Amino acid sequence: MDIYQLTAHEIRDMIKEKKISSKEATQSALARIHAVEDKVESYVTVLEEEALAQAEAIDANIASGEAGALAGVPMALKDNMCTKGILTTCSSKMLYNFKPPYNATVTEKLLEAGTVLLGKVNMDEFAMGSSTETSHFKKTKNPYDITKVPGGSSGGSAACVAADEAYFSLGSDTGGSIRQPASLCGCVGMKPTYGSVSRYGLIAFASSLDQIGPLAKDVTDCAMVLNQIAGHDPKDSTSVNIQHPDFEKALTGDIKGLKIGVPKEYFGAGISGDVSAAVHAALDNMKAEGAQYTDMSLPLNEYALPAYYMISSAEASSNLARFDGVKYGFRAEKFDDLIDLYCQTRSEGFGAEVKRRIMIGTYALSSGYYDAYYKKAQQVRTMIMNDFTKAFETYDVLVTPASPTTAFGIGEKTSDPLQMYMADICTVSVNIGGLPAIVIPCGYDASGLPIGIQIIGKPFDEATVLNAAFALEKTITKVKPNL
Amino acid sequence: MKISKEEVLHVAKLARLNLTQEETQRLMADMESIIGFADKLNELDTDGVVPTAHAIPMQNAFREDEIKESYPREEILKNAPSTDGDGFLIPKVVE
Repeated sequence: MDIYQLTAHEIRDMIKEKKISSKEATQSALARIHAVEDKVESYVTVLEEEALAQAEAIDANIASGEAGALAGVPMALKDNMCTKGILTTCSSKMLYNFKPPYNATVTEKLLEAGTVLLGKVNMDEFAMGSSTETSHFKKTKNPYDITKVPGGSSGGSAACVAADEAYFSLGSDTGGSIRQPASLCGCVGMKPTYGSVSRYGLIAFASSLDQIGPLAKDVTDCAMVLNQIAGHDPKDSTSVNIQHPDFEKALTGDIKGLKIGVPKEYFGAGISGDVSAAVHAALDNMKAEGAQYTDMSLPLNEYALPAYYMISSAEASSNLARFDGVKYGFRAEKFDDLIDLYCQTRSEGFGAEVKRRIMIGTYALSSGYYDAYYKKAQQVRTMIMNDFTKAFETYDVLVTPASPTTAFGIGEKTSDPLQMYMADICTVSVNIGGLPAIVIPCGYDASGLPIGIQIIGKPFDEATVLNAAFALEKTITKVKPNL
Repeated sequence: MKISKEEVLHVAKLARLNLTQEETQRLMADMESIIGFADKLNELDTDGVVPTAHAIPMQNAFREDEIKESYPREEILKNAPSTDGDGFLIPKVVE
């Protein structure tokens, strides 16, 4: 077995036990990038020399006994997380040349823990999309079938982990942008509770929904990374000041007596038979481990997607107002006056999907429509949250599919925006509720494409969600992509 | 919900976007279908329901108002599309 195939916690342990060096782990990942990146195209920026220098410095630290918790483990960051002096593009022409003067809090925390930054990975432009096809730079491919999409918007993060081009990655999730690509690429992805992980230095899409989380090779890696990035940050006034448990230690594998609710609305029209069957088989595996599951109902689920698109687009139209060609990024060459400089810059700098969301959001916030769309969606948000609160009085976790289908073809859904939005039908309600949820692979369809299962928990109960996923993971045989 | 060309152009003006003919046509159709999809929310009676802006209940986060060092000017101006070294340059707005 080559080093690049190992999980992040195996790499961490082997470096700690001095069986390999960080440099060797980094070289192996870089060699893998050289070998398969032509096919997968998950990176926007590869930091070859920087990563090797960083690994050597960490190896020296390890030798002198000053090593962080993840000392020497190489990883990749989604290109909407600020990295000091390193390109952070959001996969947009608007930020094609942007080098942040500071690190995002997650970047800072991972560097303090001793990880090595291999590069920045591709995404849908400004995280708006479900296939990574709206990236200004390239179309990332699904490592299981390079004619298929990796999902999105954290498609680069999922694909680089699935293709063994990084030991782990971070993504961001506004309506499913970590979980849906994790499902399509057969890796583990977690959206923590809103407020668990600082958003400082994450280029904002929809501030009341965005949350950063890990994309990893297994549940242990996911818990290990979450341990490093969770926690209060005075620089993010929405980050919550609570004591998080040790998530890795919470992985006992014991789920005896765990009460699982299975909302029937997530298995209706549009959910493929393969997906439904694999999720039910996984539920039976969990039952065999001592959990109990019951069919139940979340009757308002069908309203989550329209509410989500109103709220997220409204917040996006406000957040993206800052991109005007004055302080950073792209500026149009030809303009008549200041207002025209703004308009031309934004018209040339943003892609079609970003413009569409800005238009929808601006419409929903505009005079005469605010109450009918934005306020209405926020009221529906309250009702959906109440549904979840009620469900969690009875159940410890809820289990659903992660995506209605396995990976779809490149170009298959780009002509109809609503059809693309439907790809998020299993994931958006979790963001509306601010809840923690994990996706892990639970099977493969007839063409060998991964099927994901989603486990949703109570606010700040990541430990239960992770442990349930850990217990299930032990019953699943994973298949690596054949690149 | 019918979206007129005038509405699209009005919203584009609010959003500081110059749209081509083609984009305007496309957005008329797209906005009509997406806004139409959102009209589904009207099936629900939300009278008296308090809107939620934020999923996790929390109060304002305050900190001490202390004077701290900011970023060096040249670091911030490195990303500026146009600068004279002291500030951001924009077209003249005052006659």
